[in-house]
Amino acid sequence: MVMSSSLWTDNFHDFYVDREQERCIQCLVCVRQCPYEANVYREAAGVVDSVHKNCTGCHRCESLCPTRCITIRTNPSEFRPHANWQPREIKNIYKQARTGGVLLTSTGCELPYPNYFDRILIDACQVTNPSIDPLREPMELRTYIGRKPEKLEFERTETGEVRLKTEIAPQLKCEVPILFSAMSYGAVNLNFCEALAMTAKEVGTYWNTGEGGLHRKLYPYGDHTIVQCASGRFGVSKTYLGTSAAIEIKIGQGAKPGIGGHLPGEKVNRDISETRMIPVGSDAISPAPHHDIYSIEDLRQLIFALKEATDYEKPVFVKIAAVHNSAAIASGIARAGADAIVIDGFRGGTGATPLMIRDNVGIPIELAIAAVDDLLRAQGIRNEVSLIAAGGIRNSADVVKIIALGADAVYIGTAAKIAVGCTVCQRCYTGKCPWGITTNDPRLAKRLNVEIAAEQLTNLIHGWAHEIKEMMGLMGINAIESLRGNRERLRGVGLTDRELNILGIKHAGE
Amino acid sequence: MRIEIDAKGVYYRDLNRKIRQAVREGYTEIYLKNVNGQYYIADGIDREVTIIIDGVPGNDLGAFMDGPTVIVRNNAQDNVGNTMNSGKIVVHGRAGDVCGYGMRGGKIFIKGDVGYRVGIHMKGYKDKIPVMVIGGKAGDFFGEYMAGGVLILLGLSEDGDDRPIAGDYLGTGMHGGVIYLRGEPDMNRVGREVGIVPLEETDRNIIERSVKEFCEEFGFDYEEIMKGQFTKLVPVTNRPYGNLYAY
Repeated sequence: MVMSSSLWTDNFHDFYVDREQERCIQCLVCVRQCPYEANVYREAAGVVDSVHKNCTGCHRCESLCPTRCITIRTNPSEFRPHANWQPREIKNIYKQARTGGVLLTSTGCELPYPNYFDRILIDACQVTNPSIDPLREPMELRTYIGRKPEKLEFERTETGEVRLKTEIAPQLKCEVPILFSAMSYGAVNLNFCEALAMTAKEVGTYWNTGEGGLHRKLYPYGDHTIVQCASGRFGVSKTYLGTSAAIEIKIGQGAKPGIGGHLPGEKVNRDISETRMIPVGSDAISPAPHHDIYSIEDLRQLIFALKEATDYEKPVFVKIAAVHNSAAIASGIARAGADAIVIDGFRGGTGATPLMIRDNVGIPIELAIAAVDDLLRAQGIRNEVSLIAAGGIRNSADVVKIIALGADAVYIGTAAKIAVGCTVCQRCYTGKCPWGITTNDPRLAKRLNVEIAAEQLTNLIHGWAHEIKEMMGLMGINAIESLRGNRERLRGVGLTDRELNILGIKHAGE
Repeated sequence: MRIEIDAKGVYYRDLNRKIRQAVREGYTEIYLKNVNGQYYIADGIDREVTIIIDGVPGNDLGAFMDGPTVIVRNNAQDNVGNTMNSGKIVVHGRAGDVCGYGMRGGKIFIKGDVGYRVGIHMKGYKDKIPVMVIGGKAGDFFGEYMAGGVLILLGLSEDGDDRPIAGDYLGTGMHGGVIYLRGEPDMNRVGREVGIVPLEETDRNIIERSVKEFCEEFGFDYEEIMKGQFTKLVPVTNRPYGNLYAY
């Protein structure tokens, strides 16, 4: 790859550091805070200056400037308007002409594809059926993730007691239907992992290790930890599997369906190297497929290899990206013996993904969950798996809508990062996260205080939980189980018949 | 303490439950007779027991295992030693595809040939180095994505066997670890992430130690095998895709 020396594109930067010089006291906080060197001190002139081209729009300097003299703006300079050749396209071509590389990005799809969450409205009780006030009446959010029996059988013991005869598969007990999705140690740092783990324990839910293994420091949170087994098999050992509450086989991810992952060598420090068992500075490469899985039968083989290794005590999840045939694939996964299926929509986040793949591959989670739930019901096997929806869940209303469309619970990732400071600047792949989340640089990572982050995450879950209860209450529903797949309580606005048909909902006014 | 378990017609789940039970009860040698394709034998067992298998075990033999010694007096099938952590697997015959996938430690000795994608994504950290020695030849994608550990391919075969020692895409995507071939690879079949470097003293020690153990297991003539020339293959970089991206 040849790096062309021409830098004529440097002035076409995305952001602009607007600094009111008269208010600047040259405290240099902004200079020290910016890992991208967008703020610099010109010693000779005695002023703080900006290198606009380095600004990623993270707003870290703006948030910490004591005199509030900084405002980060999108660069006011504009190309000649053109509907087809938007600035984004032009700048990407410049980048590739210079480097010959694959465009890399982070987080979830940023393009304005139709968002079905925003075209679905929730029903409420009026007059003919009473609503429920969650402040004064019991409201059940507890959700069990795992395979449910087709029927329950009871038997009478010799002493005359009635006993459950049916053997119940292992279940995860979630006090809220919200779990933290897989974010690997390496992609995010140990502070963030620990904050997620502490929160999961505090609120009675689960966090997910992602594919980077489990740092020894977090073993005490094992009861609230879902461990991942991905194609790179990083950190997968008997101890790792045994420490967990559940095991997740990662087949795909919404932000990069069908491709593997490369954790860049810059992020592989000593601790990460030890947890992943690869040398320091080496790329951590996850192959696109698991090379022992080329079919549903092979998937079954890995599911049961994991169940055998853990004595059938832990639920095994299978995570796939939402793609065109998700429903048929999910049916296969259910039949392969998985206890839960995770479906990650195309808006799902990531630490690093090729831009073209993030923005052009996969389908929305709303449609995928509806289609999967429909098919599993039609085949009479919906009870055999739990469905966890992931990929772009932004608020409690999204949670309510996706559960009503057929999910049992949701995974949140980006929302959790935002709760601790992330501004979605989409530069996680640089390893220089100014908020100390997706960085392993100790000077940056210490910006994330574990206890404070855990408190913020706990607050978020409590806030959402309360809102979910309010929304259930106004629908007259007092248990989340009664909301699951309850599509009658949803209505579409501005959707075509076909879209409504796939979502299995009526149009508003019907 | 030794226990004998007859696997004839026993469903894999029942067989493995019996094995786990025997391990829990403190048996140190478990002899399995009439094994016929049962999956997951020794899967996840984390004690230093010896499991001797008469018959052909099924897929995922020794998956995730951490400590046992498993001796197969016959051929083995796919996924031998899948993500195993420590211990030893000895196969007195051939093994199938994807042997030693993501192997993190311990040793695997295969007397004969192996199938496709063997030793892929093996790991290694400090002194925890997995070692696999294969007496015969290997299929395509041998050592693919290898991130650590040692693969030794001896290429012993009967007269008239003119197959190459390893198939296509040898070591493709390799970014750690080392492969020793007894003989020379056809460079047209070698992944472009792989280079040949001269053997050093430490390499000879590893080869000698491992081949000696291999010969002790299977009764081969050590001196005869060591007459062959060994080639050392290593990744040309630990960041094969470091320049792939535009920022």
